[in-house]
Amino acid sequence: MNLVTISGPPSSGKTAVILKAAENLKNRGLKVGAVKFDCLHTDDDLAYEKAGIPVKKGLSGSLCPDHYFVSNIEAVTAWGLEENFDVLVSESAGLCNRCSPYIKEIKAVCVIDNLSGINTPRKIGPMLRMADIVVITKGDIVSQAEREVFAAGVYAVNPGAVIMHVNGLTGQGAYELSTLLFDENLKIDTLKGKKLRFSMPSALCSYCLGETRIGESYQMGNVRKIDIKNN
Amino acid sequence: MTQREILQHSPQSLIEKYPFLSSFFEGQHWMTKFNPNQPLAELFSLIDEEQAEDHAFDMHDFLDQLMDFIAEMQAFIGKESFVVNKLTILPGTNKSGENEGFEKLEFEPRTITSIVGPTGSGKSRLLADIEWVAQGDTPTKRKILINEELPDNAWRFSGNRKLVAQLSQNMNFVMDLSVKDFLELHAKSRMVTDSGALINKIISYANELAGEKFSPDTAITALSGGQSRALMIADTALLSQSPVVLIDEIENAGIDRKKALEILTGEDKIVLMATHDPLLALMADQRIVIKKGGIHSVIKTSAEERALMAELEKADLKQQQIRTALRSGAVLQYKMNV
Repeated sequence: MNLVTISGPPSSGKTAVILKAAENLKNRGLKVGAVKFDCLHTDDDLAYEKAGIPVKKGLSGSLCPDHYFVSNIEAVTAWGLEENFDVLVSESAGLCNRCSPYIKEIKAVCVIDNLSGINTPRKIGPMLRMADIVVITKGDIVSQAEREVFAAGVYAVNPGAVIMHVNGLTGQGAYELSTLLFDENLKIDTLKGKKLRFSMPSALCSYCLGETRIGESYQMGNVRKIDIKNN
Repeated sequence: MTQREILQHSPQSLIEKYPFLSSFFEGQHWMTKFNPNQPLAELFSLIDEEQAEDHAFDMHDFLDQLMDFIAEMQAFIGKESFVVNKLTILPGTNKSGENEGFEKLEFEPRTITSIVGPTGSGKSRLLADIEWVAQGDTPTKRKILINEELPDNAWRFSGNRKLVAQLSQNMNFVMDLSVKDFLELHAKSRMVTDSGALINKIISYANELAGEKFSPDTAITALSGGQSRALMIADTALLSQSPVVLIDEIENAGIDRKKALEILTGEDKIVLMATHDPLLALMADQRIVIKKGGIHSVIKTSAEERALMAELEKADLKQQQIRTALRSGAVLQYKMNV
C-alpha cells in the first residue's frame, strides 16, 4: 500500500482535490481509502463515502490536532493494510501553519489556494516547505498574473517541489496529480520506525492542562512572552 | 557553486552574485535575527536549537533548497532552451478508443487556433494534455512535442515554468493593489528588473483594448469587467512566461477582441481559443473540431470563410455602435450608416 499525507490550510480544497484524484486512481483499478483528521467537526467523511471511498475520521477535540495525527496514523495505516488498499490518503488541516504532519519517505502533498493571499506561502512553515508536491487550487477564478505571482511565492519557499495547478471543481489537473500519488516502489507495510520530517511545536504549560485564569501567577511550564519594548 | 563554496558566502554576497535570491531569503524567517554579511557557515553555528525549532529550520534542508533554487533559476534566466518555436500534437484516441482525425497538429508562435465543439466534448482534456506535455500517459494517449523534440521534464514539474497561460471569463483580480503596484509585483516575480517601461506599455495596451481608460493608480479590483479583461490580456501578452495562451471565450462587451488577439500574437504567443462565437472562431488561422473526447478534424480557415467573417465583422461593428449610441442616450433609426 502507498500512504500519501495531504495537508493544507482549512478550506483550501483538499477534499475536493483528493476526491478528483481518487476517481482517476479508481479508474486505473486501484483501491483507494481515506482518513480525515480534523479538529472539532467535519462532514468530509460523508463526501468520501458518497464517492465510494472507505473512510475513517478522527477528531482531535481539545488536543493538538497534529499530535493527535502522529499518535493515530500508525493504527490507521494498519487499517488500510487490512482493507488491502493500494493507496491510503490521509487528509489533515494545518491549523497553526507551523506543523507538517509529514513523514520521511511517505509522499507529502500540500494543498494551498490562490485566494489565500500573496504572503501566505511565506507564512506557512514546514507544511509547505517540506512537501514533495504543492497543489495550488482555485486558479480558475483569479487572473493569470495572480496565479504566476502566487506560484513564484510557493517556488521561493519550496524550490524542490512539484508545483501543480488543480481545479477541485472541474477536476482539471487531477488526473495528472493522480499519476504522482501511486508508485509501486513506495509500498509500505508498516509505519513503525519511520520519523516525522520535522518536530512538532513543543508546548506544555498550565493552559495545556486546563487552566483558564489569566495572569502571570497562573502561567507555568513552557511560557514565552512578547518583547513589547523591543518589538 | 558547490555546497562548500556556498557556505563561505554571506547571504548578502550571495544576493550580489545572484540577485534572484532575495525572494528566497525573504522567506527565511530565521535569518532576520542575524547579520546578513556573515558567511552562512558562521550563521549556522550561531543558530541555537530553540531558534531552529521556532523557525522550523534545518541546515541540510535549507542548503538543499538553496542549491535547487540557484540551479533552476540559472537555467531559467540564462538559456534559450525554453523558447518554443513549435508545439506539436501527435494523435491519440477519443473516448470510444477511435483514432483521432489528424496526422500531426502543429502550432507556431504568432498563430491563432480556435477550438470548437459542444460543452463536455473534451476541450479541457486537450488543454490539460498540452499543459502536462502529455507523453501518451493521459487518457487520450496524445503526445506533445516541443520544438519537434521530446520535451524537457521541467515543463511538467517546475513551479516556475508553465507552458500554458490561461484567460477565462470567470477570472477576477482579487489582490488589493493599484494597477501599477500589481504589475510591479508580477514583474518582480518574473525577475524582470527595470520594469517601468514594460508596465507603461501594458497599461497603454490595456487602455487601447478597453473603451474606457484607467490610470496606473486605479485599484485593480475597481476596474470594470472590460477593463479587467483588457489588463489581463495585455499583462499575459507581455509579462507571462508561458509561450502558449489558452483563451476560454472573450466576451463581446467592452473589449476590442480583434486587437486583443493581435497583441497576443504580436508578443510571439501561440494562441488557442475555445469559443462558441463564430466571429472569434473564424479569426483563427485554423480550428480544431472536438467530438466525443477526441480531435475530430482540423480545418484551415478558407478564403470563403474569411469573406463571411468580413460580413460578421460588419454586423458586429454595427451592434457595437448601436450599443454606444444607446448608452449615450441616442434615439436609434432603422437605417444606420456604419
